[in-house]
Formats: sequence, C-alpha cells, structure tokens
Amino acid sequence: MTAGTVTSSGVRAGHDGFGQLLRAEWTKLRTVRGWMVGLVVAALVTVGVGLLAHDSCSNANGTACSLPLGPGGEAVADSFYFVRQPLAGNGSITVRVTSLTGQIPTGSSTGRVRAGGGSGPGSGPSMRSGLEPWSKAGIIVAASTSQGAAYAAMMVTGGHGVRMQYDYTGDAPGLAGAVSAASPRWLRLTRSGDMVTGYDSADGLSWARVGTVRLAGLPSTVQAGLFAASPLYTKIVSQSLGGSSGTGGPTLATGTFDQVALGGNWPDGRWTGADIGGAGAMYPQAPGAFHQAGGRIIVTGSGDIAPDVPGSGGGVNISQTLVGTFAGLIAVVVVATMFITAEYRRGLIRVTLAASPRRGRVLAAKAIVTGLVVFATGLVAATVALPLGEQALRKGGSFIDPVSTLTELRLVVGTAALFAVAALLALAIGTMVRHSAVAVTAVIVVIVAPYILATVLSAGATQWLLRVTPAAGFAIQGAYPRYPQITASYSAVGGYYPLVPWAGLAVLCAWAAAALGLAAYLLRRRDA
Amino acid sequence: MTAVPLGPGAAGPGAAGPGAAGSDVAGALHAEWTKLRTVPGTIWLLLAAAVLTAGVSAAAAASTRCASGAVCRVDTVKISLTGVDLGQAVVAILAVLAVTGEYSTGMIRVTLAAMPRRTTVLAAKTAVVTGLVLVAGTIGVLGSVLAGRLILPGHGFSPARGYALLSLGDGPVLRAAGGSVLYLVLIALLSLGVATVIRESGFAIGAVLALLYVVPIIASVVTDPHWERHLQQISPMTAGLDIQATTGLSGLPLSPWAGLGVLAAWAGGALLAGGLVLRLRDA
Repeated sequence: MTAGTVTSSGVRAGHDGFGQLLRAEWTKLRTVRGWMVGLVVAALVTVGVGLLAHDSCSNANGTACSLPLGPGGEAVADSFYFVRQPLAGNGSITVRVTSLTGQIPTGSSTGRVRAGGGSGPGSGPSMRSGLEPWSKAGIIVAASTSQGAAYAAMMVTGGHGVRMQYDYTGDAPGLAGAVSAASPRWLRLTRSGDMVTGYDSADGLSWARVGTVRLAGLPSTVQAGLFAASPLYTKIVSQSLGGSSGTGGPTLATGTFDQVALGGNWPDGRWTGADIGGAGAMYPQAPGAFHQAGGRIIVTGSGDIAPDVPGSGGGVNISQTLVGTFAGLIAVVVVATMFITAEYRRGLIRVTLAASPRRGRVLAAKAIVTGLVVFATGLVAATVALPLGEQALRKGGSFIDPVSTLTELRLVVGTAALFAVAALLALAIGTMVRHSAVAVTAVIVVIVAPYILATVLSAGATQWLLRVTPAAGFAIQGAYPRYPQITASYSAVGGYYPLVPWAGLAVLCAWAAAALGLAAYLLRRRDA
Repeated sequence: MTAVPLGPGAAGPGAAGPGAAGSDVAGALHAEWTKLRTVPGTIWLLLAAAVLTAGVSAAAAASTRCASGAVCRVDTVKISLTGVDLGQAVVAILAVLAVTGEYSTGMIRVTLAAMPRRTTVLAAKTAVVTGLVLVAGTIGVLGSVLAGRLILPGHGFSPARGYALLSLGDGPVLRAAGGSVLYLVLIALLSLGVATVIRESGFAIGAVLALLYVVPIIASVVTDPHWERHLQQISPMTAGLDIQATTGLSGLPLSPWAGLGVLAAWAGGALLAGGLVLRLRDA
C-alpha cells in the first residue's frame, strides 16, 4: 500500500545523503517508547545498583576508617618499627645485615584449613617461624615519623633479595638471594639535599649503586635509622566470583644488624624505638621492639610500608561505585539488539531497505545512532553514579582510595564507551541472528560469562577469558595499578584486570568491529 | 514466521476441545507439543543447551589442575557441572520463545480462540517445555558428569590421591547431577512465567538474564558478609546452584535442597504472575 510512495520518496532522500538516513534511524529509535524506557532503565540501574554496593568499615576500634596518603597522593599502608635518630643536613648510614627471621601464623600454610568453617581460622595468636616474601628489614631515611611521609629505604626481604624502595610505590632490585650470617648483606643510604642514593654490597668493600631518588621537599633534618616490617599473612580461602576471601594474621620480621656506621651530623647520638602507625593502623600490630647489645642491633616489627591495595582490608576501590554497569549493560544490549531485530519482526526492514537500498549505509547509520545515543546514556549514568556512589560509601564509613581526576574522568568516559561499544556488538549480532532472544542472550553471555565462571574456573583460565572475550572491556574500569612488591589477590571483581584499561576496551572494540563487518556482509548478501 | 504452518495443528485439537474436559487438556498438550516440535528453532536450542552444558563443563574440568603434592580443596562435582551456568541461558531462550514466539506472529490469538481456557494453555505449555528441558538437561548433565569422570583423574584428582571418581551411584553426586537437571527445568519455568508477563522476546530474555546473572555479581562486590549472604540466599541462580555443592555444605548460604526451593519459589511466582496476567489481559 503505502510502501510504494515511501520507496519513491526514499530513493530521492537516499540521494540527498547520509544525513537523511541518520535522521530516519534516530526517529525510529526515539519514537519507540519501550526502547527509550529501556535506556532510562539502563541509566537508573547503573546508578542504583552502584548505591547498593557498600562496604562495612573493618576497623575494629570503631574509629573512622582512613588511610594516610603518600607523597604521590595515593593511599598507603605505613606501619613499621622504626629505630631512629635525627640526621641534620647531609650524611649517610651504613649497616651489615646478618639475618632476617620472622613469625607467621600457624596452621595457615599447612593446608589443614578445610572448607566448611565459614570464617576460617582467624588471626590466632599462635605463631611459627617463617617469613613472608615481602617481610623486610633495613635502613631508611624519612622526612618525618608521621604516616605517609616521604622516604627512601634499602632493605633485605624474605624472598626478593635486596631492594631499594621509596615513596611507597617505588621499588628497585639490588643483590639477589637470601641473607644469612654466612652471606650477609651490606646496605648504605646517603642523603645529599633532596637526593637519596642506595648502595648494596656483599662484602662491605665493593659497593654497587641500586638507585638514586629525589624526595621533593625533604626537610634539612630527617629521621633516619633501622626498620623492620612484615605484611599481613593472607591465604586465599574461598573464591567467590573471582573475588576471594582470605584469612591470615599479622606477621613479624626480625632483622639483625651490626657494623653500623654513621656519616654526617647525628645530634642525638642514641637510638629511639617507635611503632609507626601503631594504633588504628590497617595491620593489627604485633609488638615491635629493638635490642642493642655491643655493636649489634636487633629490630622486630610488623606492618608494611607500601601503597594500599583497595579491597584487601584497607580502603575501598572507587570502581565499586560503577558495579551497576553490569545491570545497565543488559538493558542497553536489549535495546540495541531490538533496534535491528524489531525491524525484521515487523517487516519494517523491507521498507527501510527499499527506501535506502545501499544496505551498508543503513547499518552504518544504525550503528552511529545507537553508538551516540548509548554513549550519551552511559555518560549521564556514570557521571551521576560515581559521585553518588562515593558519597554513599563515605557515609557508610568507608575510605575510598583516592585516584587522580584524570583517572576519574577515564572511569566515567570509559564506562560510557563500554556501553556504546557493547551496544554496537549487540546491534551487529542482532543483524546477523535477526532474533532478539538469541542475539540478546549471546551478547550478555559473552560479556558476563567470565565473571560467572570465575566461581569455578581456575584463576589462570579466568584471566585468559578476561583477555580474549568481549568482557575484557571492563578493564577500562580498573582504577589502580598493580604493584609487584605487594602480595594481594588482584582479582577482576576486586577491580584488577589482566589488561591495561585501554587495551581491554580495544579488545571489545575489535570484537564489535569484526561483528559489524560480518553483519554488513550478511546484510548485503541475504534477502531481508 | 515459521509458526504459520502450525495453524491447523493448533486449531484441530482446539475444535475438539470444548467437547469434553478431559480431551481439552489432552488437546492443549497435543497442540503445544505440535507447535514447539515443528518450530525449527526448538531442536537446535535443545541441542545447543545440551552441548553447551556438557562442553563448558568439560572445558572447566580441563582447566582445573591439582599439582602433585598440593592439597586442592576443590569441589570436583561442582566443577564438572559448571556448564549449567551457561546452558541455562539457552534453556531460558527456549522457554521465552515458546511464549513470545506466539505473540510476535499473532498466533496467540488463534491459540486462545481455539483454547479459551487460558490457564490450560499455560499449563500445557509448561508441561511440554518441562518435558523437553528434562530431556536436554539430562543429556547435558550426563555428558558433564562423564567429562568430569574422564578428565579430572588425569589432572591430579585421581582416586589414588583421595578424589573419588565421579559416579552417579554416589549419593551427593546423584543429588548434584539430578538437582542440576531440575535446576534447568526450574529456570525454564521461571523464563516461561516472565515471558508470559512481558510478551516480548528481547525484553523478556533481558529480564531473565538480568535476574540470573546480575544478582550474583552484585553479591560478590558487597563486601559486608551479612548482606552478601542474604543476596546469595535470595538470588535464584546462586541459591539454586547450591544443589551442585558436595563439599563445605555447612558453609553454604542455604542447604542444597533449600537453595533449589528458593529457585522453585521464583519459578512458581513467575508462573503465577504469568497465569494471572494471561487471564486478565487482552492477548
């Protein structure tokens, strides 16, 4: 009936250009009430589910959870035992380390922890000797004794040889191998203005420079001396959806030092012991101590000097505010799929293709309209979800590990892009399959499956899935770097993805591009 | 669509329907069976559900290893039944299309004209879908158990190291496997109910998958153990899949059968809602 007139006017319009086609597609999308409702629902659930995600503050003594911030603005763990004295102006400290021993909770590494006990063995007081790979003891030059102060340190570690670490995030390797009385390690730090240089040596004669760092704004009098720290022992007990709950307890490290040589002006002339970040720190402190006898100093300490890994008991991951993305994506996928499958169901596709016979252009117009509209939806949703979620988390007493404004911007824009590219994938698969139910399910399953399967699959298999499937796109929501010098469970649900943010999004884009290409090919070849 | 040739098949028993109450139900069953049987998608979806269930299970078993000397606290039965997590999506498509396929073609008006008792129509659909999913689910689950039995011993889970071969003669294994088939059936019923309420394939499948997959993901992000447990207790997927657990039962949010009961309640609720709106609304 009317198809004839539409065709004739449509052909003319087709010659008028692509703009006409875009307008036609936009009108189709805009005028179906169910789709607009779907997009609104997508935005609402993205925000709403994000508000549900909450984290109870795990601080035992009831004080507000908060973490010190390091010089770079990142949340840090800064608790250790510090045997210090002030150093006025330039100077150096040299020591020989003859042993590093430690205490870790019993029972935890023996495999006796059977599933069934809900909470698992807590931090029972019984300890056995042993070291964490990142148990550490050594020498340190710090701006002050307050938490989060700038520092540079040379240390021996439980399993990673000699390291030079500075300002929480910096880590450089020195001599490899474990320390013992037969194979001691010599460590030296020299301070000259803002610059601190670390050296190590196996014999105290031939020295190698490990690194030189600038500690901006280092005061003229700094706190320098010996330290020991040992991070929480954690053992992954149960994996739930790629997240994992661990059990563990505080550990202790004891370093034995001798041949202490000080250069420069050390006005106090004697050592003072201090538990840095003792009360209210993220690590339950086992008591630190030091003993001085003859030329020998033995330092015992617990805790860590390192960046905080959100989700491991300290702060909260900011991307938790965007957990609603999963729910929003499902709504977006439904709308984007139906944008094409509904045309097939109603036979409208024949009118569309009669009006605009160049089928590739029809698909392109649909893709552009879908992509832009969904991007806008995602942008609105993420722009609202992030600050609202942050507010809700803070209200609940949580401490959100701070990120730079640029990272926040990337989270918001990246989430919008994630929505848009997923919608394009859905549009392409809808064009290929032509059936809403099958297409919607296919897209949702490839995006969600790695997270669902993470409950049962091994960590390696899950990581692999998160690299190659469209689910890799979620990497764009990763907000924090992964630090090799901290042992933690870096899981996808915890906000750590195997790919860097933009690479993850690129994987999703590649899937969408390939699907769109195939869809265009099929659209041209097949009868509508 | 392809539903067109079904017309006579559906109308035939319908014409005989008003005669006697007994043949009414039989006619409805026969009509629904004919409709589902002759839509070309059905057989492929059933096949896909069985193959995906068994295939993903086999892949999950193949990706699980236990290094020699290590103590692996792994529920080998649950691993072997992993495919159900994805196979359920295909089952959901099948159930949704059984309803929405009729609405998209207008066939539903013919069906309801021939069979004015709407509850009977829904009951007949439910029965036919249940039967089909029982068959496909059983094949998929048996394939999964077989894959686990063949693959796991070579990956460190051998009887010599204290991991029994998967066998349906073993009580918990039988409960997990049989429960998984029931789980798939209940997912189909849940989808059938939701689809009857929503009537549109895309929206209906979206709603079902959101209900299944989103809640567990949220539960995993909620770090408050109290909340997490509650979410796991009410989520149809997490609660329902408790039926697959054979180790650490005391740590589960719900006991296996109670978990399946939660899913049954969801399915029953959805069917009830579907039946109500089917009676009250115009087709």
